[in-house]
Amino acid sequence: MVERIAEIRAEAEAAIAEASSTAELGELRVRFLGRGAELTLILRGIAELPAEQRGAVGKSGNQARGALEKLITDRGEELDASELERSVSEERVDVTLPGAPSPAVGHLHLITRTRRRIEDTMVGLGYRVMEGPEVELDHYNFTALNHPPGHPARMAQDSFYVAPGSVSAAALESAAVSLDEAVVLRTHTSPMQTRAMEAQGPPIFIVIPGKVYRRDSDATHSPMFHQVEGLAVGEGITLADLQGTLTEMLRAIFGEGREARMRPHYFPFTEPSVEFDVSCYRCEGGGKLADGSRCPLCKGVGWIEVGGAGMVDPNVFGFVEENGYPPDTTQGFAFGFGIERIAMLRHDVPDLRRFFDNDVRMLEQF
Amino acid sequence: MKVPVSWMSSYCDPGWEPEHLAERLAMTGTEVERVGIVGAPSAEGFVVGRVLAVEPHPDADRLSVCKLDAGEVERTIVCGAPNVAAGQLVAVALPGAVLPDGTKLKQAKLRGVVSDGMILSETELGIGDDADGIMVLDDPASSSGQPSTSPGSAGLARPGAAGPEPTPGDSLAELLPVSEPVLELAVTTNRPDCLSIYGVAREAHAISEAPLADPPWSEDAEAGGEGSVSDHASVSVEAPELCQRFTVRVFLDVEVGPSPAWLKSRLMAAGQRPINNVVDITNYVMLVTGQPLHAFDLEGVPDGELVVRRASEGEKMTTLDGVERSFDSETMLVCDREGPSSIAGIMGGQTSEVSDSTKRVLLEVATWDGVNILRSSRSLGLRSEASARFEKQLHPELTMRAQQLASRMLIDLCGARMVPGTIDVHEELPEPRKVTLRVARVKALVGMEIDADTCAARLERLGFGLERRGEEELVATVPPERDGDVTREADLIEEVARLADLDRTLPATLPAAGNRVGGLTREQGLRRLAEDVLRDLGGDEIISWSFTEPGLADGLRLPEGDRRRDVIAIANPLSADQSVMRTTLAGGLLDAARYNLSRGAERVALFESGRVYLRDGEPVVGSGPPGGEFSGRRPPPVLEPHRLGLLLSGAPQRAWRDAGPAPDFFVAKGILEALCGQLGAELQVEPAEEPFLHPGKSGRILIGELPAGWIGELHPLVARAWDLDAAAGFELDMGPVVTAAAYGEERYEDFTTYPPVNEDVAVVVPEGLPAAEVRAAVLEAGGALLHEAEIFDLYRGKQVGEGKSLALRLTYRASDRTLTEEEIAERRDAVRVAVEKIGGSLRE
Ligand SMILES: [Zn+2]
Repeated sequence: MVERIAEIRAEAEAAIAEASSTAELGELRVRFLGRGAELTLILRGIAELPAEQRGAVGKSGNQARGALEKLITDRGEELDASELERSVSEERVDVTLPGAPSPAVGHLHLITRTRRRIEDTMVGLGYRVMEGPEVELDHYNFTALNHPPGHPARMAQDSFYVAPGSVSAAALESAAVSLDEAVVLRTHTSPMQTRAMEAQGPPIFIVIPGKVYRRDSDATHSPMFHQVEGLAVGEGITLADLQGTLTEMLRAIFGEGREARMRPHYFPFTEPSVEFDVSCYRCEGGGKLADGSRCPLCKGVGWIEVGGAGMVDPNVFGFVEENGYPPDTTQGFAFGFGIERIAMLRHDVPDLRRFFDNDVRMLEQF
Repeated sequence: MKVPVSWMSSYCDPGWEPEHLAERLAMTGTEVERVGIVGAPSAEGFVVGRVLAVEPHPDADRLSVCKLDAGEVERTIVCGAPNVAAGQLVAVALPGAVLPDGTKLKQAKLRGVVSDGMILSETELGIGDDADGIMVLDDPASSSGQPSTSPGSAGLARPGAAGPEPTPGDSLAELLPVSEPVLELAVTTNRPDCLSIYGVAREAHAISEAPLADPPWSEDAEAGGEGSVSDHASVSVEAPELCQRFTVRVFLDVEVGPSPAWLKSRLMAAGQRPINNVVDITNYVMLVTGQPLHAFDLEGVPDGELVVRRASEGEKMTTLDGVERSFDSETMLVCDREGPSSIAGIMGGQTSEVSDSTKRVLLEVATWDGVNILRSSRSLGLRSEASARFEKQLHPELTMRAQQLASRMLIDLCGARMVPGTIDVHEELPEPRKVTLRVARVKALVGMEIDADTCAARLERLGFGLERRGEEELVATVPPERDGDVTREADLIEEVARLADLDRTLPATLPAAGNRVGGLTREQGLRRLAEDVLRDLGGDEIISWSFTEPGLADGLRLPEGDRRRDVIAIANPLSADQSVMRTTLAGGLLDAARYNLSRGAERVALFESGRVYLRDGEPVVGSGPPGGEFSGRRPPPVLEPHRLGLLLSGAPQRAWRDAGPAPDFFVAKGILEALCGQLGAELQVEPAEEPFLHPGKSGRILIGELPAGWIGELHPLVARAWDLDAAAGFELDMGPVVTAAAYGEERYEDFTTYPPVNEDVAVVVPEGLPAAEVRAAVLEAGGALLHEAEIFDLYRGKQVGEGKSLALRLTYRASDRTLTEEEIAERRDAVRVAVEKIGGSLRE
């Protein structure tokens, strides 16, 4: 009997080793370990054997069964893996088809991106971001910025005026201005300087981004565009601090290594006043390209005009004197520039009007 | 302001190339727009020649064949001018020279005779207007001759005048500005002194420290007539508040004729057309001094009586340009007995125009009120060289400078006799202004040490009188031409600083940090987040005009009385389609959708983040800019709430597997929900109609119970008007969203200790019952344990008859225990009761 068990085991081991599929292996399991299998029957019939044989047969029978079960399981795993390999190798997709599109992601307007970049730079330098009204009282847009009525600088910024009667009398009354005071679309973001200083005593460090309006329309002028205003008022602030601040800001926008340059100029609400330039990032300020030709961006000058700035004029402080800004001792600087101009320079946009066409072929480039 | 470099250099010559001069001017506050060239591109090939002989051309009646000494060799030149004669000294262009009009001169054969150059007229040289004949350089009888009286050191000096007699072969540039570099300045409104050649020369002096000649007006002319000016003229100023000073001189025996070449060429280079010597002198003196002046033909002023007064409303006069103009009552006029003779400070009139027959000249030099001149010039739409200077407010002191220089020139160049005396009508003239500079304040404001001596030297070069008061204070007397600009210490500091080569010397420092912290406000941060969400969900951000056309309200079918019809109108729009401020973002979004779809885009998802402008009303909830409330003592004149608008239109996204959804109400609502979800603002949409939306597919947005905008599909008629097939979108007020937003304030909720129990239920309700009501009823019945009820399916069909079936996933949870089956069964019964109460049933 024990020999027979050994025979069965040997036969089964050979068959298992030769099995070539999991299905075949299943059949072998039935044949050698199933209910009617010889080994099963032998083990089931042990009780009927003579007592002296029972031990040996039982032992070798159970060993054989255990060994075969393990063999079948192991072989089964082997076969399963190779069968999976085979079926995987037969599955093919066309990997060159486009992916199933996720919902298209859109685009922020280039002006928004540029504005945020400037805001973030100034926030890093310790400035808060404030916003002001676009439809503004003449008082804030001009008078409180040291443009008295009839001042020629008022005419330099050709303003849009709001039609009389378009603004409610109640609104003007609550602003404590006369009904015939002009209301304009603000020509610059500067009126918020005064509003901010009315709301908060010194020190004050703010930037004011926003839409502004001038009555002008061509490739380099848009009746609506965006500016950023900066205002820093505090003890001992100097023109040299303005130079340093502009340098930091322009480097953040145009890259490390850029320099800021100030040219004396005139604005009614700053004294001294300057215009400021950034050193050209295409020719590294040399005015010439690598091949020796004239730099087209700065036209060979090495500098690109960016905006206006200066030390806040004492007359401006005069309008907010009672809120802690005595004109004879208060110092600070202000600067302003166009966001479109920055975006045009940074991204080679050739025409100001492209920003307001809202053509998706432009919007989706950024 | 055009500044011919040679003219300026006659007062101060830094010895710099024009480009360098321009750069230094620009870096010290005088903006130079460009450096141009008047006349020929180069002086090369232009020489002085002597005509040796003139013979008629053998084959042409009008041509002469001239033998010329032009240095080196004798030349033959064919000339067509009738006035050419042997012995004349003339201007010659040799072959190779490039004329002002760009022609390059070559040796040419004229009717068989070879011409080796060209004898030039003023016009051909671009330095005058006489095209009738050649320019004769040494003919005293000719208009081109040099003045008989020497202008001397008083500033009439011109190139070549003081040098030796020119000889043939000399470069013509020694004598005439053949190729003249001209600086084109953009002068700021505070610097009327730089609207004068001498003023710019002073700047050059201040920058370069090269010597500055005495002002050309420093010597007055000698009267040569008899009697007194009051025998010939009288002046009455009726509005002294607008005319601070009015001076008159009278000249007799004036010989009107062409100006000499040097004068004409200077005027031409400065951009002025020569007219006659009297008018040219007034223009020349204005350019030198910055003070405009006006010459009257005294014959055109009956009895020489002038009255300076405001116009009467509607009064008319024909100006020198031949246009009849009508005035309002604020325009100042200089009138004779019979009526207006000139518009004060702006333009003269025809009745007293100086002409060839003029013999007696009345020269007016006045000071006008700048604000008034600017106002009148704008209301007349008439700007002139004179008004451009007067509007910047000139000082009364300048009048006599102009009188003195002009008098001398009229005597020298027109042979005039000056009647003794000056009529000088003025109120009290201002004392020279004195301003104190504390030297320590320079460093305090500029951030760079500039010592007292340097400050003093710079101010002196700029024409300030100076008095030292101890080591640390300077008292500066402001020169009259700078009186309007320099009134305070800060102005003196600017003068000192601008000459400091700021681009090279100013240190770059940062303000002391103090205890400030930068940042965005919560509102600004949330607005950025909202914009980012719309972008991430496929929106392309647009920026459309804040102004729109009045017809938009009709296009959107807004009824009378709709608040959005109550627009802020622009009084002076550029065009009618930009004449009112927008009250909704819808117009810009629709325009942009049409623009793109008509240019080949298959679909658009556009959004805008911007303000609308409302005439009246309370700020929308939410303080700060999103709600339209701004800081400052005076409230803003209109309300400017910030809004987000979205518009979807065009074909669904195509793909080889799953196509995108058509842009309908629910796509728009999905985006709105995602937006509010990100911001943590509770959103509800209730059925409501908007005139421009599909009445059955539109709703009102409520954020935390407050109305906050519209959402819906576009009304088909409106869509058609914008050439759109279909479109959906929304417009959302940011104020309520920001107020309701929980973003940043969220609190952690435990989700691990007691897991939730989910249960799906189907609710059959009548068709007309809004899903939101069903959900609200379920949530209410579920009580505190029912955490969420999410509608995930909608079924209509036979099994539910006339109604509809909504599938909801209910999520029950308690934070302190595991819920029992009994508790949930109890809630389920409550939900069943609630659903039945609103006319529905739970489907088993
Ligand atoms: Zn460059």
